[in-house]
Amino acid sequence: MSDAVLETGLGSRRLTSADGARRLFGARLGQRVARRAAAAGWLLIVPAVALPVWIVGSERGWLAQQILPRPADVLHTFGEMVASGELAQHAGISLLRVLFGFAVGSGAALVLGSAMGLSRRVDEYVRPLFTAIAQVPALAWIPLAMLLLGIGETLKIVVIAKAAFVPVVMNTSAGIANVPRSLVEVGESFRFTPLQMLRHVVLPGAVPPIFTGLRYGLTHAWIALVSVELLASSEGLGYLLVWGRQMFWLDTVLVAMIVIGVIGFVSDKILAVVETRLQRWRTDGV
Amino acid sequence: MASDSIDPAPSAAAFRRGLVLPLVLLAAWEVGSHSGLVNPQFLPPLEKVGQVAWQELRNGELTFALATSLKRDLLGFALGSGVGIVIGLLLGLSSVADRIFTTWFNGLKQIALLAWIPLISLWFGFDETAKIVFIGLAAAIPVILNTVEGVRATSTRLLEVGDIFKFNRLQFVWSIYLPSATPSLLTGLHLGLIYAWLATIGAEYFMAAGPGIGGLIISGRERFEMALVLLGIVVVGLVGFCVDRGASWLERRLVSWRTV
Repeated sequence: MSDAVLETGLGSRRLTSADGARRLFGARLGQRVARRAAAAGWLLIVPAVALPVWIVGSERGWLAQQILPRPADVLHTFGEMVASGELAQHAGISLLRVLFGFAVGSGAALVLGSAMGLSRRVDEYVRPLFTAIAQVPALAWIPLAMLLLGIGETLKIVVIAKAAFVPVVMNTSAGIANVPRSLVEVGESFRFTPLQMLRHVVLPGAVPPIFTGLRYGLTHAWIALVSVELLASSEGLGYLLVWGRQMFWLDTVLVAMIVIGVIGFVSDKILAVVETRLQRWRTDGV
Repeated sequence: MASDSIDPAPSAAAFRRGLVLPLVLLAAWEVGSHSGLVNPQFLPPLEKVGQVAWQELRNGELTFALATSLKRDLLGFALGSGVGIVIGLLLGLSSVADRIFTTWFNGLKQIALLAWIPLISLWFGFDETAKIVFIGLAAAIPVILNTVEGVRATSTRLLEVGDIFKFNRLQFVWSIYLPSATPSLLTGLHLGLIYAWLATIGAEYFMAAGPGIGGLIISGRERFEMALVLLGIVVVGLVGFCVDRGASWLERRLVSWRTV
């Protein structure tokens, strides 16, 4: 195992240094454009095969409308839902719920996770209960939460917050607890005050893993949003899915799925970019 | 993990500390539900939950629900992991397949798993087939990702050995790529098992009601029987825990032959 890991580690380092060299010696822009174009060409093969089959298939009625609507219909539905503002409204509600739930859940998690990372004692008190709660997926908590909280907005926020809470606590506590002992000792020998220790030793070491936790937290929050909206909602993207299924409007279902995918993809990409920045900042700092 | 082996085993004091919060919580629960501070319909006393659990166990409903869910879970997992390994090998070994499909796969992966349920239920109906397809989809994703990763990480030295022996393609896959991808593949299967269990609950929530642990929870909610819901949640957590531990154990045993 270690062999394979080492091997790829070396491989990727070689690759990055080669990339750097290429950048240094006047980027071969033409080459890069050509490579991009080739990659795009390969990517187009799937739609180039699938779309005609889909179009011809649905025109000739190989598949019922309820099984696979015509691409034109899906596009049309998409256009209509955009024009009427319906899509923006549902997506906006879902986004607000996620942001609010994520803020509550990750905020609480940062506090608890830091306490667990900084104090062994707190960790010993809280960890078993936390593990037990984390063991049960958000999905299983939803019916319980529905009985306790009803099906209003509170339910959604609580479920989403719980989903974000778990990974953020785990990564924050681990990130802080795993700050290298040697660095802490250096700080101690400089007689750092607790605040200085936090600013110069603990945070630089712990911010990247904490951020990884936040990224997972957002992903989990998004998934929890879809589950809770599927189970109990009259607005939002998850509701669009349920509604489309009940009416056998597959075009609506597909539009909602694509929007859910795109939002999930974009938000994760943004956080991934920030994460690599932070990683670089840490290595530069050390 | 590494720090665990260096640290002394968790002391008895740490264990006692860990018990404090759960015990306080349970005590507050008992007091709350008996003193009438909390509506017992919201928070049934613990003995009531125990009683319901015993009753469900006695009349065989719980065992039946659990067996149904587990069967579904394993069928879906078998389907998903089988298909996942094949797709993973394809994407990992063939640069053409990789260039054509990987980006699309990564895009589809972004769609939250449960969002597939309406589509799958429209395509496959609302019964067992649709549930198993959905569970299979959930299991396949991590299996594909980890198979690809494992195959790609195959050491070039091993491949050179294969060249020397003039292996054919099948021999390369069977004797070099698969063994060397095994640890990563097992990680994928482990994750696949966890996802499959989650998907089992999801499928039982959203597709046709029927026997199963997810169905048990949903019917508990509909009948406002908090004790039943709580029982279901505990079972879901316990099964998840056992699946995870069992898979970790198997993984360790299976990889132990790799001394490298």
